[in-house]
This record gives sequence, structure tokens and C-alpha cells, in this order.
Amino acid sequence: MLSKRIIPCLDVRDGRLTKGIKFKGNVDIGDPVEIAAQYYRDGADEIVFYDITASHEKRNIMIETVRKVAERIFIPFSVGGGIRTFDDMREVLLAGAEKVSVNSAAVRNPKIISEGAAAFGRQCIVLGMDVKKVSVSDKIPSGYEIVIDGGRQFTGLDALEWAKMGQTLGAGEICLNSIDADGTKEGYELKLNRLISSNVNIPVIASGGAGTPEHIFEVLKDDKADATLIASMTHYGSYTIKEIKTYLSTRGVKVRMNW
Amino acid sequence: MIAIIDYNAGNLTSVKRAMDYLGKDSIITADYSEIISADRIVFPGVGAAGRAMADLKKRKLDRAIVEAFNDKKPILGICLGTQVIMETSEENNTECLGIIKGRVAMFAAESSGMKVPHMGWNSVILKRKHPLFQGVEQGSEFYFVHSYYPVPEDPDKVLGETDYIARFASFLASGNLAAMQFHPEKSGEPGLKILANFSKWDGRDYVE
Repeated sequence: MLSKRIIPCLDVRDGRLTKGIKFKGNVDIGDPVEIAAQYYRDGADEIVFYDITASHEKRNIMIETVRKVAERIFIPFSVGGGIRTFDDMREVLLAGAEKVSVNSAAVRNPKIISEGAAAFGRQCIVLGMDVKKVSVSDKIPSGYEIVIDGGRQFTGLDALEWAKMGQTLGAGEICLNSIDADGTKEGYELKLNRLISSNVNIPVIASGGAGTPEHIFEVLKDDKADATLIASMTHYGSYTIKEIKTYLSTRGVKVRMNW
Repeated sequence: MIAIIDYNAGNLTSVKRAMDYLGKDSIITADYSEIISADRIVFPGVGAAGRAMADLKKRKLDRAIVEAFNDKKPILGICLGTQVIMETSEENNTECLGIIKGRVAMFAAESSGMKVPHMGWNSVILKRKHPLFQGVEQGSEFYFVHSYYPVPEDPDKVLGETDYIARFASFLASGNLAAMQFHPEKSGEPGLKILANFSKWDGRDYVE
């Protein structure tokens, strides 16, 4: 049986983590390569790097980071943030990432999904969706709207329609981030995850809101998600990956326990 | 020297990086004579079967693989490489290399209601021992990402099976050829162990 995946997400700016990360009993480290290696040893199933480097000129720093990570960890990892063009995708994949995630760029230019899938295979292309709850309308029948540029810009796109379209265009996976739940540590947006996951047949990664292992359990049970993105829960030593997986396992969720 | 066959099929560099990490000499090559003279061969790949076979034929690498197999050279098939060694694939109705008898089928996504591709970590139930799995802990999981799977005719060629939608053959072996549907180069320590075992395997199908 397929295991549910636990995926730490690291925010990187100019080749450094935006905040230092401190595992249980460890000193603060800002190097994404070291942190990725530590998560690899600790049993992460996959790692996501989110590049928030503001200037496009500094992109090569991220590529260098990707190259170094690929020499050290032997599990899949993906890179999102700042992927605007087909060439950006290509560069990241050639440097050793398994997948690329496109978000705002895909809303502006949906063709980037199909071009990427045709060239690299759909398993390489993750559609990142930032979603906000809005009132139900003719335009937004699901009551969830796609926002871009870090949540500042509403797009008029219905989240469910966009998820289906992304799948049709060739996305191999969806990373579903609830802007409302993000940072609250009060749990994932369960209704949103159920809605999207039950209407597409590609894997869905739940993102935004995780504060406790129980939150992760809630979103993984009944196939509301195939994987979860976590950040602060493990970054600052509150939990280890092993503690989270042990908890899930005792509650009947299949996760990878040997690594 | 380990030859990693280059036929335009996706992420070849990840196998190379894993070999570098293990301190094993390897080259990514599409050169017939380089492949024929290598000590062992890795046949990796992600992508579609139709295009893969076309690329192999264009570069005459289909012959190189079959010759190396007949020559008793250790060969490791990974993911698409594992599918292409079968006789035919439902993907693009492709005629493949035919080193192992049988076909490649697509997961029945619609009738099962399950998601396709099969993406993520899953375990391999070993039916019998093999040198490549020596030292790999029982219950270890491996990283899969695929929509098609091999269906060998001869059950003796199936050494490991995995449950997804139905139980399918995830690890095949035939003499000096070992082939896996998962990605050992992306499967953490158990995967690296398989690659390390392969790099010293003499191509014989026994366990000491």
C-alpha cells in the first residue's frame, strides 16, 4: 500500500534559509543544504524548497543550492517560487530537482504547464495553488478563489475549476495551499482539501495550517490529501518527523517508518 | 566502469549522482562501443515507452542492450528501463526489447478510483532472495512514480511485488538482468544499498 508523504518546506532567499532552523537540541542553521541533509536523515519523504529570492538576477544562487542538495540527498525534492519560464524549469531540473512547482506563472500563462509536461513528463510538474475562501458566486461556484503574488492578488479563477484545468494541462500533482489557514497552526483547511482531492485523479499535497500531528492525521485520513507540507512544526524543534510518523502510524495512517 | 545508458529519457543524472556518492565510477553514454565494453550497465529512464524505443533504435542502443545481456553482463533496469525490456507496452502500443517475455499494462485508474500515476513510497514484497537486496531491511519502502507496470509471463521472473490498485511485479530478474519499477536512486538508504550491491554484483542470481 502506498504511504502518505510528509514533506518539510524550506523557504530560501539568496541561497539562505529565511529563518534559521533549529532541530531538537541543535543549534540554529541557515544553510538549506545542511538542513535538507538533516531532514533526509530524519525520515522526510520528500523536500520542497520555496525560493523567495526577489531579484531574477540572483536565480543562479538557487541553482547552485539545488546542485549541492542533489549531491547529498537521495529522495525526491522539488523547487517552487520564481519559476516563470520554461527555461527556469529546465534549469532547476537539470541541476537535480525531481519536480518543479509553478504557481503565479501558471495562472498568467497556463501553457507553461503543458510545455513542461510534454518536455519533462507530467510527474515533474507540480501545480501550486494559493487559495482564499470567498463567498459563493456565479464566477466562483466552489467558494474558493485562486490568488497569486503571495496572496495579494485575486484572479477571478475558481479553485476547483483551476485544479481540473491544471490536471488537463498536464500537472502531475497539486500543492494546495490555504492562505486562510497558513500560519494559524490551527489545522489544514479540510473542506477545501476534500473538495479538490475528490475531484482530480492526481495526488494532492495539503499545505497551510499544520500545528500538531493530529492536524496532519485529520487531513490525511479518508484521502483528503496524499501528502502534507509542514514547516514550523519541525523547523523549530516542536516535533521530529519520526514523532509525527509514529503518531500517524498508531492512528492507522500508512507512512514510511524505515529509512 | 558502469555505463548509464543515455537515450534522452529524463533524469539520468540522478543515477550518476548516486553512483558518485557511493564512489563508483560511471559514465552517461550513448556510445555503442562504450556500452559494450563497460563492466556493467544501468538502463534508467522516465518518460514514454514509444519515444524511448524510437530513441534507442535510432542510436542502435537496442542492440547494445540485448548483446550485453547475452554477454552475461550485469544489467540494472530502472522504471522505464524496466518496462522497455519487456516484449510490448500498452503505452503508445510499443514493441519493446523482449528480453523478458510479457507485456506492460496501464493502471486501471478509472475503474479503481485510485490516483494515477502511482507516486510515492511503497514496499516491495520479496518472493525470493536476490543479491541486489542483500542487506536491505524487510519492509523497506522505495520511491515509485509510474502509470504503467510490467506483466511478465513467467512467474519465476518476478522476485518482488507491490500493492497498488492490484498487486504488480515491481522487481524482476532474469540471470544477469535485474529490473525494478521503483527508483533506487531516489529511495534513500535502502535504494543506495541496492545500487551498491549492483556495482559489485557478478550477474549471477544467487544469494550466499
